[in-house]
Amino acid sequence: MAERVNRFAVGSGGWELASWYFMRLSGILLLGLALGHLVIMHVLHGVETIDSAFVLGRLANPVWQVYDWLLLTLALLHGFNGLRIIIDDYVHASAWRMTLQSIGYIAAFLAFVVGSVVIWAA
Amino acid sequence: MIYRGGIGQWAYVLHRLTGVGILLFLLMHIVDTFIVRIHPETYTRLIRDVYAAPWFKPFEVALAAAVLYHALNGIRIVLIDFFDMPSVYHKRLFGAVLFLFVLLFLPGAYFLLRPLFS
Repeated sequence: MAERVNRFAVGSGGWELASWYFMRLSGILLLGLALGHLVIMHVLHGVETIDSAFVLGRLANPVWQVYDWLLLTLALLHGFNGLRIIIDDYVHASAWRMTLQSIGYIAAFLAFVVGSVVIWAA
Repeated sequence: MIYRGGIGQWAYVLHRLTGVGILLFLLMHIVDTFIVRIHPETYTRLIRDVYAAPWFKPFEVALAAAVLYHALNGIRIVLIDFFDMPSVYHKRLFGAVLFLFVLLFLPGAYFLLRPLFS
């Protein structure tokens, strides 16, 4: 137990600790959401049976809209936060790092906006 | 980044590779689903000619494998981080990850490849 307290005490605390917890919490939620999505679309239905009518019908249902939007939001935050950590680990030249991190933030924002429009568009 | 090597190292490298791969697919998937809102006919054709085409099956199976590994190894990470566990169990947990991966991947791959055989 003492070891665990120490581990967090030497870290940068605050933000990075929150990020550390977020990866685990969102990971547990994505376990149900992402695997559920995969099973529904690829096992219960199959890509061969999916067309625009199926997808639009699904996106007209508020239950699936909330499900898909939670999946979209958590997957983007989890994925781009992972990418941010990977860039920090491997890219040491500060100009490159800042460029790549900026691209990551912009891509995350754009993906979130486009994905949300797809889900909530009337 | 290399630390200590061995099984933990490979579990970690695979976790990062599958994570980046899944993120790239997610971005592609957001773009393809955007098409259903602007031009439904194009979307249906795209699904038929790409995602449902026989040549895409290996990518679909690879995506399922990546998600399954990332999920199972993620559970291992959470278990190790939140429960004080002697390090001897870390390797056994990775053994469990591989075992469950094979156990779930084989029937999963069968369902994905099913249309090819019918």
